[in-house]
Amino acid sequence: MTLSTATEAAVAPAVPEDADEVAPKKRLPIGAWLSIAWLVLVVFLALFADLLPLHDPNVSVASKAELAPGEEGLWLGADGSSRDMLSRTIYGGRNSLGIAVGAVTIGFVIGGLLGLFSGYFRNWIGKSLAALFDILLAIPALVLALSLVSVLKGDPVQAPDAFRLPTILILILALGVVSIPLLARITRGNTMAWAQREFVTAARAQGATNGRILFREILPNVLPAMAYIALLGVAIAVVAEGGLAILGASLDPPAATWGIMINDGKSAMEDAPFIMFTPIVATFLTVMALNYLGDLIRDRFDVRESAL
Amino acid sequence: MSENQTDHANQPVLEVRDLVTQFSSERGTVNAVRGVSFDLYRGRTLGVVGESGSGKSVLSRSVMGLMPGNATRTGSVRFEGSEVLNASPKVMRSYWGQKMSMVFQDPMTALNPVLRIERQITESLHEHIDMSKAQAKDTALALLTSVGIPEPARRMRQYPHEMSGGMRQRIMIAIALACGPRMLFADEPTTALDVTVQAQILDLLQSMQRDREMSMILVTHDLGVVAGRADDIAVMYAGRIVEKAPAERLFAGMRHPYTQALMRSIPKLEMPSHTRLDAIAGRPPDLVNLPEGCSFAPRCPNAQEKCLVDDPALTADDDHADHVFACHFPVNEVVVAAPGIRVDGQPPRIAHDPSLGGSA
Amino acid sequence: MRLIAQRLIQLVVVFVVVTLFTAGLISLVPGKPENLVIPFDNTPGQTLRQEFRESNNLDDPLPVRWAKWAGDFVQGDLGNFYSASGGTPVRTRFDQSWPVSVSLILYTQVLSLLVAIPLALWAAYRSGRWTDKIINTFAFGAISLPSFAVALLLTYYLGVQMGWVPTQGYVRLTEDPGEHFRHVIVPVLALSLGQIAVYMRLLRSDLVATLQEDFILMAKSKGISNGRVLWRHALRPSSLTLLTVTGLSMGNLIGGTLVIEFLLGIPGLGVLIGETVLRRQYEALQSLVAVVAIAFVLINFTVDALYSVLDPRIRERTT
Repeated sequence: MTLSTATEAAVAPAVPEDADEVAPKKRLPIGAWLSIAWLVLVVFLALFADLLPLHDPNVSVASKAELAPGEEGLWLGADGSSRDMLSRTIYGGRNSLGIAVGAVTIGFVIGGLLGLFSGYFRNWIGKSLAALFDILLAIPALVLALSLVSVLKGDPVQAPDAFRLPTILILILALGVVSIPLLARITRGNTMAWAQREFVTAARAQGATNGRILFREILPNVLPAMAYIALLGVAIAVVAEGGLAILGASLDPPAATWGIMINDGKSAMEDAPFIMFTPIVATFLTVMALNYLGDLIRDRFDVRESAL
Repeated sequence: MSENQTDHANQPVLEVRDLVTQFSSERGTVNAVRGVSFDLYRGRTLGVVGESGSGKSVLSRSVMGLMPGNATRTGSVRFEGSEVLNASPKVMRSYWGQKMSMVFQDPMTALNPVLRIERQITESLHEHIDMSKAQAKDTALALLTSVGIPEPARRMRQYPHEMSGGMRQRIMIAIALACGPRMLFADEPTTALDVTVQAQILDLLQSMQRDREMSMILVTHDLGVVAGRADDIAVMYAGRIVEKAPAERLFAGMRHPYTQALMRSIPKLEMPSHTRLDAIAGRPPDLVNLPEGCSFAPRCPNAQEKCLVDDPALTADDDHADHVFACHFPVNEVVVAAPGIRVDGQPPRIAHDPSLGGSA
Repeated sequence: MRLIAQRLIQLVVVFVVVTLFTAGLISLVPGKPENLVIPFDNTPGQTLRQEFRESNNLDDPLPVRWAKWAGDFVQGDLGNFYSASGGTPVRTRFDQSWPVSVSLILYTQVLSLLVAIPLALWAAYRSGRWTDKIINTFAFGAISLPSFAVALLLTYYLGVQMGWVPTQGYVRLTEDPGEHFRHVIVPVLALSLGQIAVYMRLLRSDLVATLQEDFILMAKSKGISNGRVLWRHALRPSSLTLLTVTGLSMGNLIGGTLVIEFLLGIPGLGVLIGETVLRRQYEALQSLVAVVAIAFVLINFTVDALYSVLDPRIRERTT
């Protein structure tokens, strides 16, 4: 203990005899409830969009394009193709979130496992894997994602009959693959930190198999960190899809994502800025809610950020 | 204090009255210093002794005013006649470094790792004294020489990590002395050092203090450190002074059971430098929830009913007005060996006076 | 010397792995480039396609093609854009576009650090108080707003509403400095906002930890001003993470620049890469990705070298 922390020095000897006393649970701050409420709303709308009394998001319903919000019973107005903005925002959220969650899931299953193994087995395989993650991170993520989308979409003009995945799966795969080296690296860092702890040594001394140690001892401890990264990852993937949409590499028309809606809205910016604002606000609130909850988890579990 | 001092010493350099320091923490208010008063005269050394958590380090910082944001102080601290307790930060900065400065415990962490030694010494020279670069450099060289650093010119260009602990502590002393302060706070200046270097550093501090006629507060957990070096000794427990006396008087007859226990726990040469003072059973009290009565009572071998309800006040010894202690049932112990125990010497042997010692 | 050799080997490994990875990826493409370039599916078209395949070595096995490409690349030849008429060198377009992106990224990094460092110092100094909380809340919002959204909002408010800045395009510094800066305001602000927030938060948390150090109290005890304590004593030991992230964020910035350039019609490297991908110019893509990856690695080597400038303790270990 250094003396600069005068307060601590004064408090330190005052540890109660029963050091096991549980710290009082802090109540969730209001921001957490707001974040949860927003995410619950968005997820609910995404899941049950088909059951809700909504217009078809891909069909013109308004009497004219760029109809102002509130007119003709369309709360959020209509876009440049006279389609219902409310319905497009909800279905767009479904696609944006679906792509993001799918991509993060792929990244987690593959990247997480690779990271777990390379962090636990510190032999040449583990080390080469780690080096590979680092090298692949030298390719800018968005460039790689764009290339993957382009490769997977193939050439619909020249080879219309070639086998082709649905575009939404292509996006999930592209963003998922891009996140693999990053997630692997983070998992590796956390795994290495836990693998050095006494209880792991103890388990090994008792003859536990590597598999058992990895999945029973280390994985449960790495999970809180991964939960934080997962929320962050979904937020980043939502933004990345937006980037791809602006590059014209998201879902095919007329399908909506928030990114596609932002891109569509930009051309009507001068006359009907609300078309652009609505999906921007939806993206902003969702990303902020995810970041906020992620930070909260990180602070709770004291996740090693240095692993990033 | 003795009345017949020399003229310039009639006015104490430092007058501390009822100093109370509290920290707000998540657990509640931490009562780190609880009503401490003392005077310190020019050229004299006050040794402040106590376990970790006794408030001794907080005391020296409270007097100097180096407090974190969550601290509140009340009482009075007069430095050369002026009240400095609630002086503005700007006013305090004109005192710090120039009139009062501090030598910290751990020279490994108290020197900035990314700045050259020269910068760290000349910084306060430039701040407080209008000096040219060349003058500041010469002053720094002279300072390093005076604290016993060989090859000072080379050392000036080095970084702290390139030096040994003892060397760094000498540098820290040089920094503290740079602007010629009149008051030096030495906060456990040797605790972090090798035993072999401890005595050298203490000797250096002592000779610097004598040469410059500084007043010094020497904070330590080790009675052996202050013995022979401090003029007066104040023993702190749970934020209070529990016994204070001129050094010879204290060693001649300590009255508080805590002082007695501290005496027994003087680390021996063969112990590592951070050995806890386990000789005293139990722990210091929680400074957030202080017990009623005497705060040492739960650990005191002589404690009685009264001690648990009535907190004793500092009272003077019947025969010696300058020996004060806070205990309902003081002990009477006589040190056979003459005071002047040094870290490099042997701990004193303590003899119990069978008529008064033990369980009263 | 050993360090330089080590770095060179690392660079070569990155180059080989990244380009082989890209080449492998490209070989998976179902469409054929010659069909794109030569859309006539008749007999003369077939002959042209065969010639095209031969002139671009498309029938060689992957390792051979890679070796040929790599041999050209190290000599500074980035290959050709496929076209029916032999193709234009990628190098020409590349030389025009990289200064645009590099200046955008440079402006962004400089602006971000210039704003983030004082903000972080201020927030750390007022840690836990209102100023800190307000700065942190804004930073949080800024992190959650994608750069393309910022670019669109700025275009709308500063460009469409106020008419202060152009909404599209780019002017080179050498052509007209005034117009140049008017054109880079929106893209640079859009790229910087999130960057500022990230840097600010990182540096603030490191600073808060540094301010607990003994040497800060020691510096204060010398009676020097708070500003001096913060800038001279606290900032440098706290800036290692910031430095690392500044280097690593280059990858994100390249992605961000790609989107922003597309959005605002800025003819930079991002647009070039985007077009290359969308038009299936895979040889060109491989070259461009290799250049970007090498630049990224070199930047991070520089960051490593800068560590020892900031912290003399590291200097000792590496030399």
